[in-house]
This record gives sequence, structure tokens and C-alpha cells, in this order.
Amino acid sequence: MPLAQTATTVPVTVNADLCIADKGCTVCVDVCPLDVLRIAETEDGSKTAYMKYDECWYCMPCEADCPTGAVTVNLPYLLK
Amino acid sequence: MDEILDGLTQIDCDILVIGGGTAGPMAALKAKKKNPKANVVLLDKANVKRSGAISMGMDGLNNSVIPGYATPEQYTKEITVANDGICDQAAVYRYASECYGIIQELDDFGIRFQKDQNGEYDVKKVHHIGTYVLPMPNGDTVKKALYRQLRKARINIVNRYMATRLLTGEGRIAGAVCVNTRTAEFLVVRAKAVIMGLGAAGRLGLPTSGYLYGTYENASNSGEGYAMAYHAGAGLANLECYQINPLIKDYNGPACAYVAGPMGGYTANAQGERFIECDYWSGQMMQEFYDELQGGKGPVYLKLNHLAEETISEIERVLHIVERPTRGHFHKGRGTDYRKQMIEMHISEIGFCSGHSASGVFVDEHARTTIPGLYAAGDMANVPHNYMLGAFTNGAFAGLDAADFIADVDFAAFDEAEVEAERNRVLAPTKRDDGIPPNQIEYKTRRLVNDYLQPPKVTAKMELAQERFDEVREDMEQGMFVRDSHELMRALEASSILDCADMAASASLYRTESRWGLYHNRVEYDRDDENWFCHTILTKGADGKPAHHKQEVKPYIVEIAEDEKDAYNNQRVGASVAAE
Repeated sequence: MPLAQTATTVPVTVNADLCIADKGCTVCVDVCPLDVLRIAETEDGSKTAYMKYDECWYCMPCEADCPTGAVTVNLPYLLK
Repeated sequence: MDEILDGLTQIDCDILVIGGGTAGPMAALKAKKKNPKANVVLLDKANVKRSGAISMGMDGLNNSVIPGYATPEQYTKEITVANDGICDQAAVYRYASECYGIIQELDDFGIRFQKDQNGEYDVKKVHHIGTYVLPMPNGDTVKKALYRQLRKARINIVNRYMATRLLTGEGRIAGAVCVNTRTAEFLVVRAKAVIMGLGAAGRLGLPTSGYLYGTYENASNSGEGYAMAYHAGAGLANLECYQINPLIKDYNGPACAYVAGPMGGYTANAQGERFIECDYWSGQMMQEFYDELQGGKGPVYLKLNHLAEETISEIERVLHIVERPTRGHFHKGRGTDYRKQMIEMHISEIGFCSGHSASGVFVDEHARTTIPGLYAAGDMANVPHNYMLGAFTNGAFAGLDAADFIADVDFAAFDEAEVEAERNRVLAPTKRDDGIPPNQIEYKTRRLVNDYLQPPKVTAKMELAQERFDEVREDMEQGMFVRDSHELMRALEASSILDCADMAASASLYRTESRWGLYHNRVEYDRDDENWFCHTILTKGADGKPAHHKQEVKPYIVEIAEDEKDAYNNQRVGASVAAE
């Protein structure tokens, strides 16, 4: 059975201008209980955190522990 | 990251603690303090800094027994009555006697509790009989304070490893097989004692939103503790006594009547009337809640809009900072304001969680399971109405007892073939070219749980559930497919969830009576004290399916008078009170 590619909107957003993943920061990735965040490398070679898996408990350690305030936890669309 | 790698490492430790949420860290600290030479490993599939039910914090102690406010006798009586009498009191009594010491220790860790002008603990009344609720004004600092203590005590912390099966040998615990959630590499931990603090089975039912992770419990608590205990041959008690909680509809987080209640808030029907006398959670209270939801006066609301501005601000300050801080975001998005509207409530999906209910891996007053050297504490162990303080206190008991246990034993020998078999089971979904992804296996299991297992419970529906679960299991074992190690973690969780669903159905069918209000409301049967005033113990049978037996409730330490037994059965507000 082949797999489909169904789009889904994700609750956690990261402000790339504030994110300091470039400097080696991985705080949000480290603290997430469900391990849904990763660091992406953009085309120009800079790095930013993003939500890779739509598996969010909207609990907020990522937002609370981010040293630059780059992360925002919104509620998943299905329940907001 | 997430690439599937081939690897296997073996390490040895004296005590392996699985789960770094609430019970686990306290167990590790106590064991290490009692035996500083012991090598204590604390393992978590997330990061201990922010793992477990209290990831963001907790707004208060719901069941504190503080001298001057309550006695262990009174508390033990209250919890026995709230549990319809099915309670081995020794564990509850020991908790009640020693939890005050744990509160003082937490205070020393820097976790402050509310005090009045005289410096006394400011305990509030929420329960039917006694006074036990102690607010925590800086409850958002709990995990940070715990983590500091773990570092100070030099506990070996292993993050992002998920335990998948326990190892046994020589009639006792031998260790655990674990897998890295980001590389799929294996770690075999040999241990003289293992303490499980893996939390609730919080991803069992499907929330009404349909979002798999929009659960009442931390969605990372997917029932591994129950599944591992089951496969290792431990006994699990009263699993038919589900957890169902009142909550903010859709948000699915706690309404926190324990915070709002003492400040004048209450649960009301659509007409703004009280319909339950006491907001403390019990099966009987949940039955009244369910009846109101289903009846013409529903839905049910949290009512705060009659309170003064300063009171509401204070409630907001607590509820929107501690435990589930996105609650403020939710209300903002909906345009709801405690000052103006009542907030719509609902009941949660079903789960297993002794934190608020009573079922779980069977333990005694030392947190010992039925397997020597294996302990369980917190939401997954069967000490009723644990809450956070119960997890800390019973975790402490586990750590203290394990420190003694390891003094007299060496590693138990286990069958290496078990490790190989477990590797094959875990990696099977990585060996296929395509198939069914874990999220679909999980969704289907949990949708079936809602369709057939949610109370009121009906025999024919639960039997249909078992047939469907067998089909899903066949699909899972023969056709589940994952593309990376993150999906592999979800696949392993789906397997635990299915095990828990099987246990929920089987345990519910075994107890042919109704008990614990809504939690085990079997519509075809009445309460039957003659045949069912007992624990039901579920174990893994010789055929690989759940087996059951009855176990007597140990003689009470604190006697319950005849006229006290029904204190939790008459929850509905009488006409005279409602008219006030």
C-alpha cells in the first residue's frame, strides 16, 4: 500500500529572525516531550527550528524555554 | 537525525528507573540518598527536564494530608469510600502518614506551597469530607527544581531512550530492552531492580476533537508501563475502573475545579445551577456529570462569572501559567472570558490512571509489584487517587525499598534469545517496503475504544471491540510500516495502546457488576457486593491473552461505619439545596 502526502497545518511556529539554531541552539528540540521539533537548513545555509511532526500536546516547554522568544505554540486547528 | 541505525549496547546498573516525570525522579533521588554507592540510571523517552504529566508544572497538591488539617485515618477513610470500598488501605494509609515529609522536602527543593499570614499551610477543602488541597503559587518551577536535585545527586540520566520490554530471569527482574527514539539503536540495561514510573495510559480513548495528541493526559504517556508489566507477567488490578475526567471541551485540559472551587467557582448545568454537591472527582461524580450532559439541562459549564474581578484575575493567574498554560490561548481564540460567560465543559476520553482513579499495576505499600525487584509508582500503579503528591511519595517508597533489595542480590540471568526476539519485534515495521503507518493503526484502535468501550458498558459491544482489536493487531503485526526512527517510536506506542485497549475490554467483561459510578457502569448488571467485593487481577495468560482472577480486599486498617459508606453515592444536589 503506497502512502499519500496529506497536508496538515502545524500548531508550533518559529520566527526565523529570532531563532538562533545557527549558533547551535537546540533547546526547543531538546525539551519537547513528544519530540516533534527539528532543525532545518534553509537554502542560504542558515538554520532554524521547525515543527516536523504534527503530534503536539500544546504543552509549551518549547515556547517557555526558548532563549530568544522565537517559538509560539498555537492550538492545533482541530481543537482550537 | 531519525535515520534508522543498527546497533546494540549493553550497560549495567544497580537500579534502573524508567520514566523521568514525577515518581521516577523522586525514586532515583531516594535510592541514591539511601545508598550513595548505588549506580542509579534514570531513563526517559523524552527529556527528563520536561517530561511527564507535570511537564509545565502543577497548580497544587490535591491530596495533601497535613497535621492540623487532616489525619491519615480520615484520608484513608475518604479514599476508601470514594473507591466504592475496593482498596487495600495499607498503601493509602502509608501515603497519608508520610506525604507531609515529602511536602517539606519539596519545600526545601524550592517548590513553595501557599501559606497564610501566620506561616501555616493554606489548605483548602474540595473533597466530600476532609480538607486536603494545597495551592502551589510557583508550581511552574517543579520540574526545574527536581532536575537540579537530580544533577546534584549525580543520577545518571539517559534521555530519548524508550524502554520496550522488561527482562526477567530466576523469578525476578533482570533489566530492560530499550531503543533510541532518534536512531533506533538498542540499549540493553541489566539491573538488579527496576522502578517503573511511566505515567498513565493517556492515549487510549480518542478525544472528541479527533486530534490524536489532544488528550487529557500528556500524550507521551501512551501506556508503556502497563504493556511492559503485562508482558513481563506482573499483575494489574481493577483495569475496568477507567479514568474519565471533567474538562474544558475541545481544549481537553482540566477545568481545575480544585483551583476555582475554593474561590467560589463551581460546575453548573446550562441553567447555571449546581447539580453536584462536591467537585472532587469520583466515578459517582462522573456519573452525575454524564447524566447532566445527556439530559435536557446539559451541557455542563465551569461557572466563574458571578465572582469578583480580583478573584477571577487570581484564578486566571494560576490556571494560565501553571500546568496547562495554553489554556489562556484557547480562551482568547474562542473569545471566551471567565467574567462574561460560563465555560463549556465535557468529559474526557477513557484512560487508565490511578492518579485520579484506582486501576493500574498492582503494588503494595512498598510499591512492590508481583515480580520481585520490580516496582511501580505514580499514575501507572494501583494506589488510588495518587495525584502528583502520591507519585512523589510512592516513588520515594519504591526508591527506598529498591535500595535495600539490591543489597542482597546480583544480576539475574536472563535468556539472551528474549533480547533477539524483542529486536525482531521492534524492527519489523522497518523491514517492509510499504504498509500501514502507525498513526492509522493508532487512530483505528482508539476510535474503536470510543465506539465500544466507553461507558455505559454493554457486553455485546465490548465483545465486538475484541474482534476488531484482533483484526487491528493482525494488521499491526503483519503490515505496519515506518520510515524513520521517530515513526518507529510511534509504532511502539501504537502497540502499547492496543495492548491497553485489549486489557480494558477484557477486564471490563470479567467484572460482571457495576461499580465506581460511570467508570464501570455495566448497564446489564447492578452492584454485587456478594460476588465482587474484591480486586480483579489481570495477568498474561498461557495463550498470550489476558487472564483474570479475583483477589480479596485486605482487611481494613481504618473501619468504615455503615452510614459512611455511601458518602460518595449521593452526589446529586437535592431540591432544597438547588433552590437556594
